[in-house]
Parts: sequence; C-alpha cells; structure tokens
Amino acid sequence: MLSFYGRKVDSRLLMGTSMYPSPDILQKAVRASRAQIVTVSLRRESASRQSGQGFWKLIRELDVHILPNTAGCKSVREAVTTAQMARELFETPWIKLEVIANDDTLQPDLFGLVEAARILAADGFEVFPYTTEDLGAAERLLEAGCKVLMPWGAPIGSARGLNNPYALKTLRAWFPDIPLVVDAGIGAPSHAAKALEMGCDAVLLNTAIAKAADPVKMARAFAGAIEAGRQAFEAGVLEPRDMASPSTPVAGTPFFRLD
Amino acid sequence: MNIRLNGEPAQTAAQTLHELLEGLGYDEDARIATAVNGDFVPASRRAECKLNGNDEIEILAPRQGG
Repeated sequence: MLSFYGRKVDSRLLMGTSMYPSPDILQKAVRASRAQIVTVSLRRESASRQSGQGFWKLIRELDVHILPNTAGCKSVREAVTTAQMARELFETPWIKLEVIANDDTLQPDLFGLVEAARILAADGFEVFPYTTEDLGAAERLLEAGCKVLMPWGAPIGSARGLNNPYALKTLRAWFPDIPLVVDAGIGAPSHAAKALEMGCDAVLLNTAIAKAADPVKMARAFAGAIEAGRQAFEAGVLEPRDMASPSTPVAGTPFFRLD
Repeated sequence: MNIRLNGEPAQTAAQTLHELLEGLGYDEDARIATAVNGDFVPASRRAECKLNGNDEIEILAPRQGG
C-alpha cells in the first residue's frame, strides 16, 4: 500500500482545493474523487472578514490528511517561515514545499528548494518537494531528508500533461522505493492514467477538476483513470513495437498457401 | 506607532503581538498563524512578542490551495 512518511493511503490522488465554484462543490468533488490527501495554503486574512475560519471548518469536515503548501514563496526564508506557520496552523508536519523561480512558468527554484528542504527536514518537517524531473535535484532532495518526490508533469495549471515522460521514467527507475507523485500540469484523466501506467505512485492536481464544467463528475473521472492506470502498471503494460504482430492465430489461416 | 499589517500601513497602540490580535478581534481559538519581520512567532510567544515601530506583521489563515 502507498504511504507517505508512514501514513498509509488507499487513494493515489492528491487533490488541490482551490478555484472551485463553491465550497459545497469542493466538498462533493473531494468525496467523489475518494482522495485522502488535500492541499491547502495560508494567506493573509482580513481581520474584518476572517474567511479562513470557515474554510478551516470545511476542511476538517472532510476528514482527510491535510498537506499545506508554500505556494508563491520565492525565497528560502519565505518558504521556511511559511512552513513553520503552516505546521502550527494545520497541526501537521507535512509540507508541500514550493520555492518558485519564475512567474511565467512557476517552475521550482531547485537550488532554493534543496536548501529549504534541508532546513525543514532538520527541523522535523516531512517535506513533499515540488520539483522538476531533474535527476540530480532529486538526489539532492533525498539527501537533504525528503522521503517523497513530486516532479512536475508540466507547468502548474497548464493542462499539458506529461511534458517529459522519459525523465519521469528515469526517476522511477532510479528511485524504485521513493513515493513519486506527479504534481502539476495534469489536464485530463488520460494524463493521470499515463503517469500511473508508467509506475508513478500518485498524482496531485487541482485545476483540471476545479475548472471542469462539472467538477464532481471530473473528480470521479480522475478517480477511475488513476485506478485503471495503477492496475495496468501492476498488470504489466506491453512495450510498443514498430511492426504489426497478428493477434489471431496464424496457424490454420484459411486459403493460406506457401509461396 | 506605525506598523505594516499584512503589507498595508497601519497604526496601533498595542505593545505586544497578542494585544494587537486582541484589538483586531481575534480570540484565543482563532485559526491564524503569525510572523513578525519575516520570522514565525508561535501562538505561545505572542504575549511576549513586543512590537516596535515599522514592524512588518503577517497574520495568515487557512485558504484554498493547490
């Protein structure tokens, strides 16, 4: 069974909670997806509105593991402070560590990521690093104390799927025992199925469900695709080949003549 | 004194972070986390966290995230 830092989960879908049409649809989508881990963030709160308090109640009702993120942080210091605040706020040592390098691609700053991961792991955090498919960075992250890797499929919110399946395969082969979560860029259930078929352990996505015309139905679609992809991986997917290979027996072909 | 509260200029007479939060209407159970000048201030230390002019204070709450 898949586990993250000793916590076992049945579901291989980690779900973001942002951009849903309403809190009610968010709750229904999480339930339909059967996700057991949801991501959340921390943001400035206006004292007069205190809208975070209602969101906290809603998340508690879902009875799922909470994975806070450091979304938007651009420096090691910002990410570390945000993680410390998240640990107190959400009462969990889990942190989805994001240190962002570029506003347009939202790609991780791998140097800052490794540095922040090292500081946080030493301080008792259980770090889920949002990284690229870079093998060298992955090695550094594990050496820094991470026990999960979360390479991007494509830039956050881009819905492009798996930009570099070759590199994801390499990561899978190189780290057979590290939970590998494709985080970001998943646009369709087929992208998620592909990640699971390749042997990735799980996917983390938000926009593809939240921005669907019917998020609850899309959550169900992703749950099905992820389950199918995992079963296919366990069953053993055929390697592609260049030439055709008849599936119907050749022996006994009618009207067959040796030329 | 002048401070910056969640990035906005603000004025307060509060001596400590705890007093500031009380003045803003947060009770003991409020689900918030705080930082002063970029450093995390745990809830247990808010009462002893003295405020100074131009301090930059962050009050964060749970929010949707991806």
